[in-house]
Amino acid sequence: MSTLLHIENLGVTFPSRHGEFQALSAVDLQVQRGQIHGLVGQSGAGKSTIGAAVIGLLSAPGYVSSGQLILDGLDLRSLSPVQAHELRGDRISMIFQDPQTSLNPLMTVEQQLIETIQSHRDLDDDAARVRAVELLTETGIENASVRIKAYPHQFSGGMRQRVVIALAICTDPELIIADEPTTALDVAVQSQVLDLIKDLARRRDIGFLLITHDIGVIAQVADVVTVLRDGKLIEHGPTEQVLQNPSESYTQSLMAAVPRLDKKLARFLNPEETSELDPDISLQRAPTDRGEMAEEWLMAGVAREASSLRADNITVKFAGQRQSLWRRPEPFVALKNVSVEARAAKVLGIVGESGSGKSTLAKVITGLIKPHGGTLSLDGQQLPTGKTRSRNHPSRRWVQMVFQDPYSSLNARHRIGDILAEPLQHFSLETDATKRRQLVQATLELVGLDAGQIDRYPHQFSGGQRQRIAIARALLARPKVLLCDEPTSALDVSIQAQVLNLLKDLQAQFGLTIIFISHNLAVVRQMADDIVVLRNGQVVESGDSELFFSQPSAEYSKELLALTPSAFSS
Amino acid sequence: MTNFWNSDSVWLFRHRPTAIIAAIVAVLIIGSAAAAPWIAIANPYDLSTFNLMDGLLPPLWQSGGQAQFVLGTDDQGRDMVSAILYGARLSLIIGLSAMAIAAVLGVGLGMSAGYFGGWLDTIVMRIADIQLALPAILTALLIDGIARGVLEQETHQSLRVVVLITAIALSLWVNFARTARASVLVERNKEYVQAAEMMGQHPVRIMSRHILPNILGPLLVIMTVDLASAILLEATLSFLGIGLPADSPSLGTLIRIGMQFLFSGEWWILWVPTLFLVMLVVAINLLGDFLREVFNPRLRR
Repeated sequence: MSTLLHIENLGVTFPSRHGEFQALSAVDLQVQRGQIHGLVGQSGAGKSTIGAAVIGLLSAPGYVSSGQLILDGLDLRSLSPVQAHELRGDRISMIFQDPQTSLNPLMTVEQQLIETIQSHRDLDDDAARVRAVELLTETGIENASVRIKAYPHQFSGGMRQRVVIALAICTDPELIIADEPTTALDVAVQSQVLDLIKDLARRRDIGFLLITHDIGVIAQVADVVTVLRDGKLIEHGPTEQVLQNPSESYTQSLMAAVPRLDKKLARFLNPEETSELDPDISLQRAPTDRGEMAEEWLMAGVAREASSLRADNITVKFAGQRQSLWRRPEPFVALKNVSVEARAAKVLGIVGESGSGKSTLAKVITGLIKPHGGTLSLDGQQLPTGKTRSRNHPSRRWVQMVFQDPYSSLNARHRIGDILAEPLQHFSLETDATKRRQLVQATLELVGLDAGQIDRYPHQFSGGQRQRIAIARALLARPKVLLCDEPTSALDVSIQAQVLNLLKDLQAQFGLTIIFISHNLAVVRQMADDIVVLRNGQVVESGDSELFFSQPSAEYSKELLALTPSAFSS
Repeated sequence: MTNFWNSDSVWLFRHRPTAIIAAIVAVLIIGSAAAAPWIAIANPYDLSTFNLMDGLLPPLWQSGGQAQFVLGTDDQGRDMVSAILYGARLSLIIGLSAMAIAAVLGVGLGMSAGYFGGWLDTIVMRIADIQLALPAILTALLIDGIARGVLEQETHQSLRVVVLITAIALSLWVNFARTARASVLVERNKEYVQAAEMMGQHPVRIMSRHILPNILGPLLVIMTVDLASAILLEATLSFLGIGLPADSPSLGTLIRIGMQFLFSGEWWILWVPTLFLVMLVVAINLLGDFLREVFNPRLRR
């Protein structure tokens, strides 16, 4: 192996009116030919900035402020814009996160490949077409000579990412920067794409710079890994060594926060230092007076026996695409005879790939979608579905939800205090405004935030803090059942660990019944007592969670478990 | 206060010379128009205050100008400065009221159409499409014509301002409706709206308390742009003679009167109110462009 890319003392600066922001400082790294070099770190750590600096596409006003970038003896910083443009695509290629947007929807795959090939090689159309078919075959697209005429939307997500990879290698680049190449894909497809990347590195001797937030992906394919934090290099070395035996405390805490697929932990170790303000302190330290007040209030309301929620034979159909003017369109069946039961004071995990109907089920339970068949019941009492559930039906309060995206689930124009007081006021739980405010402050402390932040707006909080606020809002309705739809998939791992710890603690404390929906098996293993696996709107397997993870019975479940990358070699 | 001074929008304002100039011009014009009864030397609506002997005096700096009439007088001996200030006042009152009515009507209908969808959406937006197919002036002419036919001559005279406002408002609401509907369609799929729906809050409350504050940005831009259009539309209608009569002149009426002197050498009677109107409309439009930049950071350089 020889050194392909040599980065030394790299600094990237973004000037703004608030002063200069140092996105990267003193980063050194080397990529060898045929090597997959993983870059991990939380959002904002500067992973993508390294990639952009190498390929010369830093978004304005950012610029490389110091250091050297050398590609096989060629100083990348000394290139003129024209030279840099010729180098891009020719010697350095890029694979983006979302194949949906990185391909042009109006051009066939053939046109896009031929265009790219001809812009770097002097080939006529026929020769370029032959080459394009070869490339598609190489990246694993069957029947490539026919499929090449198709448009991007006629390929599935995984196939599309293969086309993107074919585009990236069509000029025989030496270095490929892959920025979260599998984040938008389901596990089964992800594993195929990762295999392809690994294969290309070996066979074509291409150096890969693989940028990802998913440590499981790194563990599966990277030879060498570099851990970044706040634009600084924390640790680097062979993957095995860094993941199994991290020497830096930051890497250790990062690894401790990664949910394990192989065993269930009571709670995550408290990540020692994270960029979040006060990780979990309130749950560790003796509860403050106010925290206790919220606890008492919640206890008084919820206190009592826990509730169970059943959904029986739920079927949901959506209007399909109209094929003919005269015939009714075939409906698309999102859920087919799905039955699940969330036992009282237990956590029910619902897993499945995208399109399996997880979120549709959540919407049925909350009454946002009316199912075409099936019943819902809470503690044996039937719940009206969809619009038949009146606005003041008591289940509006009993079932509360924590949404996936904490950036859109809190109204950006309302103060935190108003957002949290809303359920109290709406459900007439507390009529006195002063008491409401006290209770809101108390609940903020209960979920590990500072009561003094009550008058701030959502944008003044980080993602993890916002998710805590969303949880506090759900709690303040004194719910019987808490529905969490992918509550941590928008968060970094260490923040995810804190939020999961918080949910576990609250569940234990208040005996809440929780329905926890996620695509991430490892996360579900950490949370669930029972589990339901959905696929294409049908239940594949359901039962005790621990049993499922040790001895999955359905073929699909086994496959799913085998394909999920794990950061821990068992 | 330092917070306010350093907030992004104020900072941007301080670094946009065009926005600052536009704001100064707009504030000067609107302020002096509002204060017209106190700062103007004569009331142009009161025929007894001016003297025919003072007719057709040129502006101060031309020979024959009198210090009393800085921008000269028209054929009736009316002081141009006072006429313009009163005219601008009337134009602004009509423009603002029309814009406000159009905003309330358009935002209400547009938000409901976007939020409820279905047949309400179809009906409202088809009416909007029909409205768009008719030029604004035609709509205004139509309404004025109907008002003339339905109302008694005297009632019509006394309600002229109201008819004008209605006519302008009805030709401007579509902009608001379309913008509000489009923004609501984006917002209503966000999870904070779902959270409110799940709680069982009333649709009116969800729209007014949750969605409206989040779509105010684009609506504010439309407001400024439409204020400028409303003023122009009023001027056009008055110019065509279906707006306000010569005894209570708005800017448009003043321009119409000035047209008679286009080739007579008394240039100021036409050009002074015209330039004043252009300055006002350009200033408001530039402020609208600035607001658009504030609310849409992608337009920033």
